[in-house]
Amino acid sequence: MLEHVELFFRSIFIDNMIFATFLGMCSYLAVSKKVTTAVGLGAAVIFVLAVTVPLNWLLDQYLLRDGALTWLGPEYADYNLSFLSFILFIATIATMVQLVEIVVEKFSPALYNSLGIFLPLIAVNCAILGGSLFMQSRDIQSLGLAFNYGLSSGIGWFLAILAIAAIREKIRYSNVPPPLRGLGITFIITGLMGIGFQSFGGMLTGGDDAAPAEGTTAGVPTNNEDATAETKVFLTRDDDPISKENAAKLGTTASEPANLSENAKQETEITKDLFNKEKEVSYHEAINK
Amino acid sequence: MALLTKKDASLITDPLADNNPITIQVLGICSALAITAELKASIVMAIAVMFVLGLGNVVISLMRNVIPGKIRIIVQLIVVAALVIVVDQVLKAFAYELSKTLSVFVGLIITNCIIMGRFEAFALANGPWRSFLDGIGNSMGYGLILVIVGFFRELLGSGTLLGYKVLGDPITKTGLYATGYENNGFMIIPPAALIVIGIIIWVQRSKNVALIEDN
Repeated sequence: MLEHVELFFRSIFIDNMIFATFLGMCSYLAVSKKVTTAVGLGAAVIFVLAVTVPLNWLLDQYLLRDGALTWLGPEYADYNLSFLSFILFIATIATMVQLVEIVVEKFSPALYNSLGIFLPLIAVNCAILGGSLFMQSRDIQSLGLAFNYGLSSGIGWFLAILAIAAIREKIRYSNVPPPLRGLGITFIITGLMGIGFQSFGGMLTGGDDAAPAEGTTAGVPTNNEDATAETKVFLTRDDDPISKENAAKLGTTASEPANLSENAKQETEITKDLFNKEKEVSYHEAINK
Repeated sequence: MALLTKKDASLITDPLADNNPITIQVLGICSALAITAELKASIVMAIAVMFVLGLGNVVISLMRNVIPGKIRIIVQLIVVAALVIVVDQVLKAFAYELSKTLSVFVGLIITNCIIMGRFEAFALANGPWRSFLDGIGNSMGYGLILVIVGFFRELLGSGTLLGYKVLGDPITKTGLYATGYENNGFMIIPPAALIVIGIIIWVQRSKNVALIEDN
C-alpha cells in the first residue's frame, strides 16, 4: 500500500512528465491557450495513459523481456525480444486510441464531443509512449503499480497543462516585450515552474536519493557527484546524540531501519501538507481566471 | 543541370532560420530538451533525427499513393518505429555509454512531433528527392537549436565542451577558476533548457520583427 502512495506522489510531483522529463511538450504548448481545451486534452491524456501503461506492462512481462517467453515452455527461456518493444508499444497505443475513440463515440456521444478532437492527437503525444518506456526502464513490479503509474503520470500532466493554461489566459493582460510574446514567454514560464517543481525532489526521501533520479533523465555525471555529497551531509546531520544512543541500545543494524521509517512518516506528513497547498494554489488560479 | 535548383536549396536553408522547426513551428520539443545538458548527446541526437527523418520522408513519399488515408497515422508510426529501432541498436552496439545517457529519449524519436509533422505536411504531397531534402533541412534546423542549447548548458554548467575542460580545472583551480569563477549548477537541471530556448526565441524574434506573435 505504501509503495502505491509513494509512486502516486512521486509521479505526480517529483517525476512530473512536463517539468522533469519534458514529455508531451508539443501539445502542451499548442493546446494551452484556453483552460477549457486544456482540461479536455488533459482528461484524454489521463485516460489513455491509464489504459495503455498496464497493457504495455503485460506485453513487456509476457512477451518482450529477457526470458519472458518461459511460459511457452523451457526451450523458449533464452529469447529476448526487447528490441521489438518500440514498435509493439506504439502499435498498441495507436490501436488503443482508435478503439477508445470508436467505443466512446458509440456509447457516450457527449464525452466524445468533448474529448473527440483530442483523441487522434494523443497517439503521437510523447507523454503516452514515454509513460510506457519509463514503465519498462524503471522496472515496475506489478500490474497494479503499472496502472497506478499511468494514472498518476496522467494527473501530473493534467495539472501542468491546467496551470500553464490559466497563466497564459492571465498573461494576455501583461506588458510582455514583443519578441517574447506567445511562445517565448511560455517557455520561460514553464522553465520557472519546472524549477519550482524541482523543490518537490526532497519530498519523499529527505533529499538523499532524489538527485540520482534526476540523473537518470539528464545523465550528467556532476549531478551524481552532487547527490553523493548531499547524502553525506544528510547522514552527518542525522547523526545526532539521540540516534547514537538508540544505535548503542539496539545495535547498529536494528536502529537504522527504525530511523528511516520514522523519517518516512514525517516525510509523508509533509507530502500531504504540500499537496494540500498545491491544490489550494491551483484552485486559486482556477477561480481567479 | 545543377544538383540543387534554387527552389530545392530553399528546402534546406529555410528551416535553419525563418521556418525553424523548434522556435517557429513549435515541433519536436519533447525529446529535444532533456538531453541537451551535454554537447555530445545533443550532436548524437541531432544525427539520429537526421537519419530517421531523411529516410522516413523518402519511404513515406514513395508510399504516398498507396497508403489509405484512414490508417496513415499507424503506417507512419510503424515506418518511424522501424527506423528508430535501427538507430537504437546501432547506438547500443557502438556507443553503449551514450545510449545509456540518452535512455528512453532515443525511443521517443518515434513520437517526435517534427517527424510526424513533416510526414503529414510534406512527404505525403511531394516526390522522394524533395522530401529527402526537406527532411535533411528540418533535422538540421532542429540539430542547430540542440547544439546551441547544448553548447551553452555544458559550457556554463560544467565548464567543459565535449568533455574537454576548456575553462580550466575547478578542483585544482587552474585557468578561469583561479580568478574565482564558479560553474553555474543551475544550467545542468532540466528546466534551464527551457529558459535557454526562450532566450533564443527572444533573440531571433528581435532580429526578425515579422515573426512576432500578438499574444
